[in-house]
Amino acid sequence: MDSLLNSNRPPVFCPGCSHDRVLHALDQALIEMGFAGKDVAIVTDIGCSGLFDTFFNTHALHGLHGRALTYATGIKMARPELKVIVTMGDGGLGIGGAHVLSTCRRNIDLTLLVLNNFNYGMTGGQCSSTTPHDAVVASGFLNKLEKPVDICQVAGAAGAPMVSRVSTYQKDFVAKLKEAITYDGFSLLDIWGICPGRYTRRNKLTPKSIKANLAQLPELTDFTSKNARMEYGKAYRREAARQKVPSDPVPIAVTCAAPQSGRREVIILGGAGQRIITAGELVCLAGASAGCHATQKNDYPITVMRGHSVSEIILSDEEIEYTGIENPAVVIALAPEGVKRRMKMLEHLSPEALVIKAAGIELSPCQAAVTEIDFRARKIKSPDWALAALAVLAQQKKILTMDMLKAALNLRFKKAIYETALAVIEKVFV
Amino acid sequence: MGISLMEGNEAIGRGAAAAGCNFFAGYPITPATTIYNTMLKLLPPKGGICLQGEDEIASIGFCLGAAMAGMKCMTATSGPGISLYSEQISFAIGSEIPIVIIDVQRLGPSTGSATRGADGDIQFLRWGNSGGLPVIVLAPVNVKDCYVLTVQAFNLAEKYRCPVFVAANKEISMTRETVDLEALDLPPVAERKVADADASFLPFAVKDGQLVPDFLAIGTTILVRQTSSTHGPDGYITTDPEQIEKVQERLDAKIKTNISKFTFHDEYVVPGADTLVIAYGVTARAAKVAVKKLHQSDQSASLLVLKTLWPVPEALIREKAAPYKRVVIAEMNLGQYVRELQQVLTGKEIVFLGQMNGEMIKPGQIMEVIQNG
Repeated sequence: MDSLLNSNRPPVFCPGCSHDRVLHALDQALIEMGFAGKDVAIVTDIGCSGLFDTFFNTHALHGLHGRALTYATGIKMARPELKVIVTMGDGGLGIGGAHVLSTCRRNIDLTLLVLNNFNYGMTGGQCSSTTPHDAVVASGFLNKLEKPVDICQVAGAAGAPMVSRVSTYQKDFVAKLKEAITYDGFSLLDIWGICPGRYTRRNKLTPKSIKANLAQLPELTDFTSKNARMEYGKAYRREAARQKVPSDPVPIAVTCAAPQSGRREVIILGGAGQRIITAGELVCLAGASAGCHATQKNDYPITVMRGHSVSEIILSDEEIEYTGIENPAVVIALAPEGVKRRMKMLEHLSPEALVIKAAGIELSPCQAAVTEIDFRARKIKSPDWALAALAVLAQQKKILTMDMLKAALNLRFKKAIYETALAVIEKVFV
Repeated sequence: MGISLMEGNEAIGRGAAAAGCNFFAGYPITPATTIYNTMLKLLPPKGGICLQGEDEIASIGFCLGAAMAGMKCMTATSGPGISLYSEQISFAIGSEIPIVIIDVQRLGPSTGSATRGADGDIQFLRWGNSGGLPVIVLAPVNVKDCYVLTVQAFNLAEKYRCPVFVAANKEISMTRETVDLEALDLPPVAERKVADADASFLPFAVKDGQLVPDFLAIGTTILVRQTSSTHGPDGYITTDPEQIEKVQERLDAKIKTNISKFTFHDEYVVPGADTLVIAYGVTARAAKVAVKKLHQSDQSASLLVLKTLWPVPEALIREKAAPYKRVVIAEMNLGQYVRELQQVLTGKEIVFLGQMNGEMIKPGQIMEVIQNG
């Protein structure tokens, strides 16, 4: 097989840079594995490792600092047959740390080559996430204050099944690259090398000392057996194939007639757990089944099962433009939390407005007609109060009719819940 | 008739699917999360891909990679997420990667209010990239627009190989509304123009007069080179000023010179009125109520609703505003798009109504400005 290196762009690194050795070793590995340029995408980060895509005659994507794994993930998900290799330096490792961790957790079939030379070469030799604390770098004393990261330990802990440290100078480097590239899942090679342009000007580092330093590191657990699992893309496709195709939105048939015309505003003031939003939806569906336009605007806090829940509904014969409530025809007040959110509005209700309130809810004096319902006395539980209030409206032929409410329930619920809802409505009529 | 009850975010998701979107990645954020929920339901069973990134940067990065591999991609977020997208948006602009980006705006600045609406990102969407090259921003008024403009956004992203924003608002995206899906006026779905797959392919080459390079996907038989660095037609980094200038001017021209092909708008013309209200997004709805109410009065006004905000449809604005003495603009911020109108309509009286308190601007407020300036 031929070299995958780009004959139009011969590699240019600083003299003695170990990146040059990695480049040729990677080419050797790809040749030995029988890959052609079209089979491989090289995705690179910013910095000197970001030159790799140019020097290879493969598919290539050179993106933003620290983000190489994000593009590589998109490419691999779109083209599972492609061999995707990512190069980044110890700089990219730091700035893109969240992506490294998440890629380990995902176990997508990418090979990440960390070209670790212990400093930011391209910007003048500042400290990176792997700079030893006793190194002399362009960041003054700052690197003395930070502990270098052992990315292999981190990656293994994060779930990467194939993690290995190598020296650019070790004899079996090509074999290690091949092993990582072959692995069906995420593989990470922490490749230690020398940056003669910056780092070794002020720090002693030789192939021999790299070997010694690597040997001193605590040994890696057998992450392959610990973390081995189905590759992410394969697992994704397996799960996706099991998902049910969702049904299209059910068209709402016009089967009823609305009891009033014009713009009708309804506001339901309740608390979490009272199915306020569902009740609002039912009013909309009821309106739509009578040929009305409908809008529903909801307001609730970030907490679940606690706090206010407010639903604002408008029905109209004409297209609804402004979706805010200015002059409600009906107010349903079911919990103090909701009532508190609309105090001002309640003070200015028109005399034509109808308020349905649960027993015990306190309202300031207003001009509207107020109907109080003791839901508890009717053995209706709090989550059903909103539905029961709609039944009261239907009974009075205000906003909706019983036909409209039943049509809405039919659209919204399957048979079992529909029956339960009808039972709640029955209790209102007792 | 096919009336459905649907919120804006679901309509955006369904519009995306109708446009052929087969890749979505997002990070949950109120008020955009239900777009992600919708895509998670729609895409996987049909062989599409829906991913949740570890953050917004990853989510849009997945999309950019997948788009370069030939997929039709969308991501969705709100203001805080757009902030994180910024560097990737610049990449998509400079390297001509098609992507649809939904910004369901919420009240800012910063974390702001997750559940309160705003139109506070209108200038940010235009200028939140390094280099300052133009982008396309569409603004839906209602649920129907959420569907239709998302389809348009995909078509534009594919045609011009660029990011296209849909500037939604919590007040549209999370408001349910009856919509007749069968009655939607949808454009035919557009696809990226594919290059001849031969060895002479250069990823950013254009013929004379052509403004958008033909596309080949990463992973097919012809090698494709993509880079965030300043590049020439071959996709290699370049420092040649002539080559750089050519590319930059083409990136600028491909969006700006085609604006007349995607100047989406609506209008409500009241004969004899001396005031034109200009609005966009959810505020256009209150404006419509206001002009309708004043229709028969002696202080009537017409309405122009802009659905393409960027590039600024200058020709349309000039033409529509010409017959009027005065222009009123209402927007849910403290003065963003009004700056564009002031530049386009020099010499015309422009009255600004802004509000940034988490509430929609009411029809009465707009009427008040029309009547009393």
